[in-house]
Amino acid sequence: MSAPSGSPHATAGARTPPRPGVAVAPAALASSGPAPARQNGPAQSQMQVPSGHGLHHQNYVAPSGPYSLEPGKLASSLPDGQCNDYYSGLYTLPAQKVATPGAASHTGAQQVYCGGPPAPPLLGTLPGPVPGATVAASHMHTSASQPYPSFVNYYSSPTIYTASSSAASQGFPATCHYGVSAVSNAVHPSVSYSSLPPGDPYTQVFTSQSALATGPGRKGSFPGQNAAPSRPSALAAPLPPQHLQQQSLAGYSALSWSVPGLPPTQDKLIRNHSGPLASASSSPANPGVDSSSTTSSASPVPNSYDVLEGGGYPDMHSSSASSPAPDPVPEPQPVPTPTAPQSAKVAKPFGHSYPALQPGYQNAAAPPTSGVQPGAVPYAAFQQYPQQYPGVNQLSSSLGGLSLQSSPQPESLRPVNLTQEKDVLPPTPIWAPVPNLNLDLKKLNCSPDSFRCTLTNIPQTQALLNKAKLPLGLLLHPFRDLTQLPVITSNIIVRCRSCRTYINPFVSFIDQRRWKCNLCYRVNDVPEEFMYNPLTRSYGEPHKRPEVQNSTVEFIASSDYMLRPPQAAVYLFVLDVSHNAVEAGYLTVLCQSLLENLDKLPGDSRTRIGFMTFDSTIHFYNLQEGLSQPQMLIVSDIDDVFLPTPDGLLVNLYESKELIKVLLNALPSMFTNTRETHSALGPALQAAFKLMSPTGGRVSVFQTQLPSLGAGLLQSREDPNQRSSTKVVQHLGPATDFYKKLALDCSGQQTAMDLFLLSSQYSDLASLACMSKYSAGCIYYYPSFHCTHNPSQAEKLQKDLKRYLTRKIGFEAVMRIRCTKGLSMHTFHGNFFVRSTDLLSLANINPDAGFAVQLSIEESLTDTSLVCFQTALLYTSSKGERRIRVHTLCLPVVSSLAEVYAGVDVQAAICLLANMAVDRSVSSSLSDARDALVNAVVDSLSAYGSAVSNFQHSGLIAPASLKLFPLYVLALLKQKAFRTGTSTRLDDRVYAMCQIKSQPLVHLMKMIHPNLYRIDRLTDEGAIHVSDRVVPQPPLQKLSAERLTREGAFLMDCGSVFYIWIGKSCDNNFIEDVLGYPNFASIPQKMTYLPDLDTLSSERTRSFVAWLRDSRPLSPVLHVVKDESPAKAEFFQHLVEDRTEAAFSYYEFLVHVQRHICK
Amino acid sequence: MDRTRQKKKKKKIYIYIYIYIYIYHTKAFTFAAFCSMQALLLTAALIFFAIWHILAFDELKTDYKNPIDQCNTLNPLVLSEYLIHAFFCTMFLYAAKWLTLGLNMPLLAYHIWRYISRPVMSGPGLYDPTTIMNADILAYCQKEGCS
Repeated sequence: MSAPSGSPHATAGARTPPRPGVAVAPAALASSGPAPARQNGPAQSQMQVPSGHGLHHQNYVAPSGPYSLEPGKLASSLPDGQCNDYYSGLYTLPAQKVATPGAASHTGAQQVYCGGPPAPPLLGTLPGPVPGATVAASHMHTSASQPYPSFVNYYSSPTIYTASSSAASQGFPATCHYGVSAVSNAVHPSVSYSSLPPGDPYTQVFTSQSALATGPGRKGSFPGQNAAPSRPSALAAPLPPQHLQQQSLAGYSALSWSVPGLPPTQDKLIRNHSGPLASASSSPANPGVDSSSTTSSASPVPNSYDVLEGGGYPDMHSSSASSPAPDPVPEPQPVPTPTAPQSAKVAKPFGHSYPALQPGYQNAAAPPTSGVQPGAVPYAAFQQYPQQYPGVNQLSSSLGGLSLQSSPQPESLRPVNLTQEKDVLPPTPIWAPVPNLNLDLKKLNCSPDSFRCTLTNIPQTQALLNKAKLPLGLLLHPFRDLTQLPVITSNIIVRCRSCRTYINPFVSFIDQRRWKCNLCYRVNDVPEEFMYNPLTRSYGEPHKRPEVQNSTVEFIASSDYMLRPPQAAVYLFVLDVSHNAVEAGYLTVLCQSLLENLDKLPGDSRTRIGFMTFDSTIHFYNLQEGLSQPQMLIVSDIDDVFLPTPDGLLVNLYESKELIKVLLNALPSMFTNTRETHSALGPALQAAFKLMSPTGGRVSVFQTQLPSLGAGLLQSREDPNQRSSTKVVQHLGPATDFYKKLALDCSGQQTAMDLFLLSSQYSDLASLACMSKYSAGCIYYYPSFHCTHNPSQAEKLQKDLKRYLTRKIGFEAVMRIRCTKGLSMHTFHGNFFVRSTDLLSLANINPDAGFAVQLSIEESLTDTSLVCFQTALLYTSSKGERRIRVHTLCLPVVSSLAEVYAGVDVQAAICLLANMAVDRSVSSSLSDARDALVNAVVDSLSAYGSAVSNFQHSGLIAPASLKLFPLYVLALLKQKAFRTGTSTRLDDRVYAMCQIKSQPLVHLMKMIHPNLYRIDRLTDEGAIHVSDRVVPQPPLQKLSAERLTREGAFLMDCGSVFYIWIGKSCDNNFIEDVLGYPNFASIPQKMTYLPDLDTLSSERTRSFVAWLRDSRPLSPVLHVVKDESPAKAEFFQHLVEDRTEAAFSYYEFLVHVQRHICK
Repeated sequence: MDRTRQKKKKKKIYIYIYIYIYIYHTKAFTFAAFCSMQALLLTAALIFFAIWHILAFDELKTDYKNPIDQCNTLNPLVLSEYLIHAFFCTMFLYAAKWLTLGLNMPLLAYHIWRYISRPVMSGPGLYDPTTIMNADILAYCQKEGCS
C-alpha cells in the first residue's frame, strides 16, 4: 500500500519547486511567518505518531500533538472573518506561487508515506504478516471455545416465525364468524411446514388437523368449525377465513390486515379468471386466486418493503403461478356430509397454491370414503421427507413430476385472445410467479424482490430456449434494504471445495457428514463445527443450521476474505462552483442536507470526509483538526493536477466536525460573485482520484454544465432539431473514453463516482455517465434545476440527497454469480466493472442498485431437475466489517415448451429486454433496438401459437402468463429511452437508459408502466392497515384516457414522480377536502403537495400517497395537474395504451404484431 | 463443441500459412522476390500474433487475467498486425503480384472495417476492457483470433 499511495505525492513533491501553478492559500498566508512552521508541522508529527486506530494505516488522519501548536499561531495571525476576502483576493491571482512551503510540505509528505507504519500489501493474499490485518482478524474471529456468541441475537427470524404463527392461531377466533371451512385447508399447511423443527408452533397445526380428521371440534379455538356442514356455496363467506388462514398458517406477520378487505379482492380475482374457471367460481374456494394483495413477505426476512408491497409467496401462488390451479376444483360444492374425508377434500382447492404437493396428496386421498386415513396418510408421508433429508433433487423430481402430469392446463397457460380481451391489466398489482417447486423448496426459496428469473421454469436445452424465443436471465437486487436478515457469525463458512458455492438450502445431505453441492455436484464434507446448531443448541443436525434454512443470509467474513484491512468509510464531495452552478443554487440545498445528515452518514469512528470545488481551477479545502477555519488551497495547473497538501484534505468526520460545519455554512455564499463560466471537471476528477486512491470510498460529483476545460472536455453534440426525429438518434454513446478510463482506474482503487447532473442545457450525459457506470456509482439527473424557479426539482434533490447520504453503503465489494453446471453467464447489465466471467467488481454497493444477467444454456440439463443460482456479495460495511450476503434461487427444469411458457415472469422478461435494448441502441442504433423489442413480442407469440396452442383463432393468442407482454413492450417503446417522434432531449433519453440499466426491477417496472388509480372515491373497502393507518387500495386502472373522467381525480405513480390529475368537473367536495381549494378554477398551476386537512377523504388520500411513497427509497415528487394546465402533457404521455401522433395505440400495436405473425 | 472452436481458431493460422507457402513457391530474384521474402518473414510474425491472441483470450475466459491488463497488452498488437498486413499488401501492389494481392484484399478490407467500427478509445487498439467480458464479444474475438 505504501508504494501506490506514496508515489504520486513523491513525484508531486519533487516537481513542486519549479512549478508555477501552485497556489497554496492557507488562511494565514498574509503573514508568511508561521507558514513554514505549519507546513513542517504535519510532516514531523506524522512521522512520529502511530496511527490511532488499530485497523487503518492512513497515518495522516491521526491527530497529533504538534498540531496543537498551530491553531494558536494561526489564530493570532489571522484577523477574524478574513477568510472570505482572502479567497476572493486569491481568486483573481490563481498563479500566485508559494513555492517553498509547498515544497517543504511535499517532501514531508513523502517521508511520511514511506516511513509510516508498515502498510499492508494491497494485493497480498493472506493477512498473516500484516499487523493491522491480524488485529482486524482477531476482531472478527470469535474464539473456538465459544463458537456462536452473538449468534442467537443476530439470528432472530425463528422468533418471528413463532410470533407470527401464534398470532395466527389467535387470529382465528376473530374470523370465526365466517364459520365454515376454516378447518379444511389445515391439511396443506400442515404439509408445508413439516420440515420445521419439532416444538415449533406449527406442530399445533398438525395436531389440530389430526384432531379435525377424527372428529368435529378442534381445540376449541375454532368455534365456528362446527358450521362446516352447512358450508354455503356462496362466495364471500367461506373465502375470507381461508384466505386469512393461508396467511396466518404460512407464518407471515401481516395478520392485522383485516377481514373486510378480502371479499372485494376475491371478487376482482374471480372476475379475472374468466373462461376455464367458470366452474371454480361457484365453488367455495376459488383456489389459486385467493390472492392477498396485501400480504407480507414470505421470506424469513420480512422486510418493510415486503410488508408494504406484498410480494410474499402466498400472493404469488395465487396471482399467476399456481399452474395446476383450476383443475380439481369441482368436487366440493354439493357435498353436505361433514365427515372428515370431506373436509380433507375441501382442502384441495385451497391447495392449488401448492401445486407440487397437491397431486400427490390427491392420489393418496382418492378413496374419499375410507374415513380418517386419507387425510392423515399422505400427510404423514410428506412429513417424513424432511426427516430423512433426501437429496433435494430426488425429492423434487418425485413430487414435481406428479404435479406436472396431473395438471392438464395450468392457469398460466390459459390461452388469452389479446385482441378480444379488453382489460388485460388486472386490478391488483402483479406479483412474480412462483417457481413450480415442491413445498419445502418453495418456502425456502429466495424472495423474488431480490432475485428473479425471467423463466421460472428453466428449459432443458438451449434448443428449447431458442424455440420459446424468450429471453433467459436473472434480475438481481442484491443489496436491498432488509429489516430482518439472518447474520451468521461463524468461524468457518462452509463452501463447496471445487466451485466455492456457499452452503445453501438447496444442497443435499448425503448423510450426516457429507453434503453434495447443488451447483457442481461435488460431494463435500460437513465440518465438525457445522454439526452443532446454535439455534436449537443441538448437535448433529447440520440441515437445520440457519445457512441451510434461509436462502438469504449474511456471513461475517473472516480475514481470509480481505485483501487489505477493511477500509473506513470515506466520502469526497466534488462540487461545481462555476457561474452556472452558483446561478442554479444547488449548493444551498446540498450544504443544508449535508449539515442535517452529517451525523447520519454511515460509518464508524474512522469515517472521513473531504470537499473539493472547481470551476476553471480546482479548490481544495484543508479541514485538518486544529485549524480555526478551513483553508482553501487553489490549484490552477489543470493540465497536470496534483494534491497541494498530502493531508488535511480528507479528515476525520468527528474530529473536524466544527470545521466541516463552518465550511458547509460558508460554501453557498462563497462564490456568489464568481464570473468564471468554465468548468474543469476532468482535472477535478483526476484530483479526486488521486485523493481517494490510497483508501477508496465514494466520490459524489455535482456538475451543472458541459465540462469545457482540461482533460475530458466535451463538445455539445445535440442538434435540437433532431429531438423529435423518427429516424436516427445519434450520440447515445460516449464521445470520449476519458471518463471510462478514469472510472476503471477508480474501480481498481475501490473508489466509486456518483454523478449528480443538475443542468439546464445539454451536458452530454452519455459521456459523463461513464464515470459512474464503470465505477459502480449511481447517476442522478435533474434537468433544468433551479432552486427558486423550479422548486419541485429542488425538493426532489433535497429528498434524494437525504436518502443518498443516509442509506446503507458497502465498500470494496465484489459480486460473484454462480449457477448450476450447464448454465453460463452471458452478459451483465448494471453499473460495475466485469472482472472475469462471473465476477463483478463493485467499488461501492448501494441498496438502490439493481443488476441483470443474461444466461445461456451451454450443456443440456437433462440429468437434473433443478437448477440453482447463487449471488454472493462480498463487501465492507460502513462499520468496517467484511460481510458476505448470499442469495440463492432454485428453479425447476422442464422439457416441454408449454411448461416454459407457463413459467414466464413477464415483468422480469420486460426488464431484461429493456436492458438488452439499451445495449443494442448504444452499440447499433435506436431503431434497431425498437425493432428488436417488437420482434421479441412477435417471435414469442408466434412460437407459442405454432408450438403450443392448438386453437385456430383469428385473434392474437397468448398464454395467460404472457398476456401483458405486448402491453409492456408497447409501454417500453413509448418510454423516454426508446420513443421516437416525440420531442425528447438527448440527456433525458440517456438518463432513462442509465436508469433502465441500474434500477432494480420494482422501480423499473413503475418507470415502464406506471400505475394509475382513481382517488376521488377512495373507500375503506379493501383497505389494509399499516402501522395504525388505514390505507385504501383502489384498483389499478389501465393507462388510457378512456378511463379518465372529467368528474374524477386520478393518481399516477411513475416511480420517481406522482401525478394527480384533476378533472375539469371534479367534485368540489373532493377539491375542497383534499386539496384545500374551493373549486377547480382556484387550484394553482404548480402544486406539489397535499395539504394536511382534517377530513376523511384527505386522510385517506394522504395515507394512500404516503403508503406508496414508503414503498420506495427515493421519495417521489408529487405534481397536481389540472385538466387544462400545460403540464397535462407530462401526464398524458404516460398513458401508453392511447395513440399518440407518433406511436400506436395498444390495439393498433396488437394488430401490428398480428400482421407480423401472419407474415 | 470444443473441437469446433479449435477448428475456428485454427482458421486464421491456416490463412497465414497458405500465404506463407504461396509466397515461398513464387520467389524469384526480382523485386517481386524481395517482396515475397519480406512477406514470408512478416507472415511468420503474423502467425505468431494470431497464436498470441488465441492464448490471451483463452486466459481471459478462464479467469487467469484481469481484462484491463489483457486489453492493454493486446491493443498495441492489433494495430501493428493490421499495419504489417497492409504493408505487404502495398508491397505486392508495387510488385504487381495481382493474384497475391487479390487473395489478400478481403482480409485487408475486413481489417479496415474492424478498425473503423471499434469502440470509442483514445489509444490504438480494438478491445475495450468494459465490454470484452460480454460473452458475445469474447466469443467473437476468440473466433476472429485468427480468422
